[in-house]
Amino acid sequence: MFDKKHLDAIEADRKRWEETTLKDSLRRLPECREKFITISGEPVQRLYTPADIADVDFNRDIGWPGELPFTRGVHPTMYRSRLWTMRMFAGFGTAEETNARFKYLLKHGETGLSVAFDMPTLYGYDTDAPEAAGEFGKCGVAVSSLADMEILFDGIPMGEITTSMTINAPAAVIWAMYLVAAEKQGWEMEQLGGTIQNDILKEYIAQKEFLFPPKPSMRLIVDTIEFGSKHVPKWNTISISGYHIREAGATAAQELAFTLADGMTYVEWAMQRGLDVDEFAPRLSFFFNAHMDFFEEIAKYRAARRIWAKVMRDKFGAKNPRSWWLRFHTQTAGCSLTAQQPENNIVRTALEALSAVLGGTQSLHTNSMDEALALPSEKAVTIALRTQQIIAHESGVVNTVDPLAGSFFVEALTNRMEQEANRYFREIESLGGVLPAIEKGYFQRQIAESAYRYQREIDTKARVVVGVNEYVAEEPLEIPLLEMDREGERRQIARLQRVRAERNNEAVSQKLAALEEAARGTQNLMPFIIDAVREYATLGEICDVFRKVFGEYREPVYF
Amino acid sequence: MEGAMPEEKIRILIAKPGLDGHDRGAKVIARALRDAGMEVIYTGLRQTPEMIVEAALQEDVDAIGLSILSGAHMTLFPRVIQLLKEKGLEDVLVFGGGIIPDQDVPELKRLGVRGIFGPGTSTDTIVEFVREEIRRHRAGEPRQ
Repeated sequence: MFDKKHLDAIEADRKRWEETTLKDSLRRLPECREKFITISGEPVQRLYTPADIADVDFNRDIGWPGELPFTRGVHPTMYRSRLWTMRMFAGFGTAEETNARFKYLLKHGETGLSVAFDMPTLYGYDTDAPEAAGEFGKCGVAVSSLADMEILFDGIPMGEITTSMTINAPAAVIWAMYLVAAEKQGWEMEQLGGTIQNDILKEYIAQKEFLFPPKPSMRLIVDTIEFGSKHVPKWNTISISGYHIREAGATAAQELAFTLADGMTYVEWAMQRGLDVDEFAPRLSFFFNAHMDFFEEIAKYRAARRIWAKVMRDKFGAKNPRSWWLRFHTQTAGCSLTAQQPENNIVRTALEALSAVLGGTQSLHTNSMDEALALPSEKAVTIALRTQQIIAHESGVVNTVDPLAGSFFVEALTNRMEQEANRYFREIESLGGVLPAIEKGYFQRQIAESAYRYQREIDTKARVVVGVNEYVAEEPLEIPLLEMDREGERRQIARLQRVRAERNNEAVSQKLAALEEAARGTQNLMPFIIDAVREYATLGEICDVFRKVFGEYREPVYF
Repeated sequence: MEGAMPEEKIRILIAKPGLDGHDRGAKVIARALRDAGMEVIYTGLRQTPEMIVEAALQEDVDAIGLSILSGAHMTLFPRVIQLLKEKGLEDVLVFGGGIIPDQDVPELKRLGVRGIFGPGTSTDTIVEFVREEIRRHRAGEPRQ
């Protein structure tokens, strides 16, 4: 960005500054720490100058928003035309309670729904399965059959709102339930918009909510991608997620690299199925974490867009510019929240949300202050949503596109992120790709290592966490926590039993048998799953078919 | 003559009961205990109370650390304690961590979970707790 002469002059002046102004200052005011590092442990220089971005070429590396390499955003006008979608994750207990929370959030200005499912649902078990003991409704809503899905969206026009569903191993089944519930409301599949997370690779890497071994899981995902691009064209059939990789302890660069490596793996598998890259790539979406290190996070999002655009164009030969776009949802970092002095979490979340906005996110979830303790209360979730609205309408940061472009520090960090990601790509490649690397425990070990380093920094006070290892309050601060309806589980099980008694059980058996046969073959499984769901076959029954045919995955254990 | 005899190594099982896959805490603790010189066995994910107690028996451990974030602790922790009693392993030190509301702590302690460590606990605190509890136990001091 600067010519050599200019840079040489700056470099000379820098030496002068170091010898005079800086030296004097350090004598009087030594720096507090020997090393300054980001949350990921990356060193941060005292100062950044044009010399740190000497190799940045404006057109090649920064460019124009809405054009390659998309560093500045996928849309030319970004938030000047449309704000990001404010999508708060919600789900607890029964479908009835969650339906009420959805309506509450929509009334308060939320612009899209986001469903959290409970643990048994995430693991493909019905509420009354023995494996589900004690787990009902704890971290989300229980959806065991189409009947639950119908209640969850009762009175909510499914063709008019978009819904994001955080579901992975059993995503195909839950999506089928959504499609059939919408059909029963009178909508066509072409009208439905939303996202299923459907990212199994990050489950093996970090979140660990896997059911089947990697290969059949990948087949199920390619089935949804294929079905979606043909029949549900407005649906994002996958949200390739770094969020959970980060929550498990990864650094920003690991989050970036592992997520994009997963993304490339899905593209490879879908292309091997014979799908045209430009037919499905525009519907791929991403999901990143917004952790506390403000600039590191912004650099991460900017680097992500740049890397993905290059990969899609150069590696996979995508021609449609929309295939080059990396569109992403962001959630503020749950793992940065503290159980101590929970009100401080409002501030943490605001800073994290701001980094996501400055990084150009398309959709944002802000965590509630009480989430290190329980599911969010109405008050806490409202403050979290208001945080986004204040950033959007009061802060002025939406008025210009990519305001930090050209910052010596941000551009240098963005470059560094890209270099680090490329280094990880080479390492993953040398292990044979993402699937073999998972089976060798590569990601798991890398993440465990980073998580431990971070914890030791806190334990030794090399890193200050307010209210946890410094500024600790004598008296614990109490905030009201959400109380769950204790009757919920009983009502959910009663409904499940009623569904099983009232449905056409012969038809259910037939559909499950057809599904099993298809699973043993190579056909796309979506139509078979939809048929079974329509007859009210339960999530557990359908996943049992897959467990029988595909087997269950056991991960190698590393710590 | 403290320190004259080589101290017997502490063997400890870190276990994740229930369905949730959040194993960051369990792994960090496992690693910290190992770095503190203990022999650590980590069960991996999705262990039933039966599997955990069986592993404790097989591995002849001094302590079990249970980690859970999904909120199923009031079902799963008591079950582990009960099974330990049934197997005659009531001497094994049991402690737990995760997202456990304060209001549940007295009941878990009454049942015999001797330490509950919430988010923000330093690993040094847990290492110290285990060392001290095991030292007392080996010295034949009653648990308080």
